Amino acid sequence: MAISKDEIIHIANLACLNLSEEEIERYTLDMQEILEFANTINNVNTEGMSETIAANNKSNVLRKDEVKTFENIEMLLKNAPSQDEGMFRIPKVINN
Amino acid sequence: MIRDDYEVVIGLEVHCELSTKTKIFCSCSTEFGGEPNTHCCPVCMAMPGTLPVLNEKVVEYAVKAGLATNCTIEKNSKNDRKNYFYPDLPKAYQISQYDKPLCREGYVTIETDEGEKQIRIERIHIEEDAGKLNHDEYGRGTFVDLNRAGVPLIEVVSKPDLRSSKEAEAYLRKLKAIFEYIEISDCKMEQGSLRADVNVSVRKKGSKELGTRTEMKNMNSFRNIVRAIDYEAERQIEEIENGNTIEQESLRWDDISGKTFSMRDKEDAQDYRYFPEPDLVAINLTDEYIENIRKTLPELPESRKKRYKENYGLTEKAANFVTASKCYSDLFEESIKICNNPKTVGNLIMSDIARILNEREEEPDELKFTGKELGELVTLIDKGTISSAIAKKVLEELFNEVKMPSKIIEEKGWIQISDESAIKDVVMKVLENNPQSIADYKAGKDKALGFLVGQAMKETRGKANPQMLNKMFLDELNK
Ligand SMILES: [Zn+2]
Repeated sequence: MAISKDEIIHIANLACLNLSEEEIERYTLDMQEILEFANTINNVNTEGMSETIAANNKSNVLRKDEVKTFENIEMLLKNAPSQDEGMFRIPKVINN
Repeated sequence: MIRDDYEVVIGLEVHCELSTKTKIFCSCSTEFGGEPNTHCCPVCMAMPGTLPVLNEKVVEYAVKAGLATNCTIEKNSKNDRKNYFYPDLPKAYQISQYDKPLCREGYVTIETDEGEKQIRIERIHIEEDAGKLNHDEYGRGTFVDLNRAGVPLIEVVSKPDLRSSKEAEAYLRKLKAIFEYIEISDCKMEQGSLRADVNVSVRKKGSKELGTRTEMKNMNSFRNIVRAIDYEAERQIEEIENGNTIEQESLRWDDISGKTFSMRDKEDAQDYRYFPEPDLVAINLTDEYIENIRKTLPELPESRKKRYKENYGLTEKAANFVTASKCYSDLFEESIKICNNPKTVGNLIMSDIARILNEREEEPDELKFTGKELGELVTLIDKGTISSAIAKKVLEELFNEVKMPSKIIEEKGWIQISDESAIKDVVMKVLENNPQSIADYKAGKDKALGFLVGQAMKETRGKANPQMLNKMFLDELNK
């Protein structure tokens, strides 16, 4: 499985990662190894097998539409480095 | 005006917030408003280790939407992750549906100048809404409120079948009406519970290939959608005529200048790297489940419209208008049970009630009075107790305070004068004061009669019975 340097740069951009030249080289090789490993599964003979759409064969795990209020919001807000007026505060997002 | 050697092609992706009590993957309330982050929990705030559990009502409502728009329901469905970074999306992915949406291949019928037209629906899928970013005016940063994060949405994707801004508006209004009828959403555009991504392209007439499209996201008013489509189509035609090419990109519509602007998206912004959501299991629906939902579908606007025309003699225009909103249609049905005069009720809704709402900048669902009041009002007109001029005044009163119309006219002293001698007095007085009009009438100017009746109405502050006035003036003038 070959993966190009350009593809690594594209994926890094999607993940909002800044990679150095050296890291790009390294991840290209790493990613190739991962893909080769995963490729094993592509070689499994699936002829005559029906399609699955999930990793297990359970289905319809559903919840009733009933409100349960979570009381400890303070604790959740505390996980963020900065909050104010009951909201998470983050650096200014420029909204084109 | 769009040049007539070009054709505009529009596709709409309509997002509709479902009116379930709780969010799609957790038990937090979906109630609108509320203090920031008070309708949140570890799941919708994306705390590590939490797991989503699908709300059964979301599946039910989406299937309902599919059935009401003639879709095929996918019996084996699943959820997928759509990956992108934005601070209103705490998980950095949205749980949506990719290749197995719950509903496929439906259509809705719209009315156009050339008659009825079917607009095809490619798919309807379920997904979660994002949170809200509040931009601080003092430059202290951006504030994140996750109350809306995880509110259930359906996304309805149309085929590129729409050919004008007018058709796009008609399609959106039809979807809104259907969703109101089946009661899966309050469809309040001003609150963002119904909004659309609008795709526009143009091509030379006769061309089979689609032109390059641009997209305007999150439009939430009919007026702006129409303006944005017209502007964008003209801009694209001008670019092409000037020898330029259209770039596929997201545009921002600016309300105030009435123009679209490039958002300068990164090339790869659209690469969402969808993959099956490993935290959720498949959705398998039985025929029985689907049929049971089909049985709960109420009568839809299309059918009501047909009934109003055939059984009640409403014009195409009136039937369309009244059924375009569930509130109007329910008001109509309730009223005619009382007064048995569908034509007058239809006209009052289409002309006066719509006009007053418009003046007040309100929507039909903000009407406070019901068919009980409107039905009685029409009965009072039919019995001759009040004139239609007074009826309009009673309507205005109903918008201020809900009371029975009989009570209003009694309190205001608006009961119509149908007493012959009282009317005769007025007629004689008006004739005496307007000798010129009598001369005009005798000289063949029929308009003079209208003037005299108008004067008599003024004299009685609109309370005189207009038919009686008319007849009595004629009798006197022709003596
Ligand atoms: Zn929650």
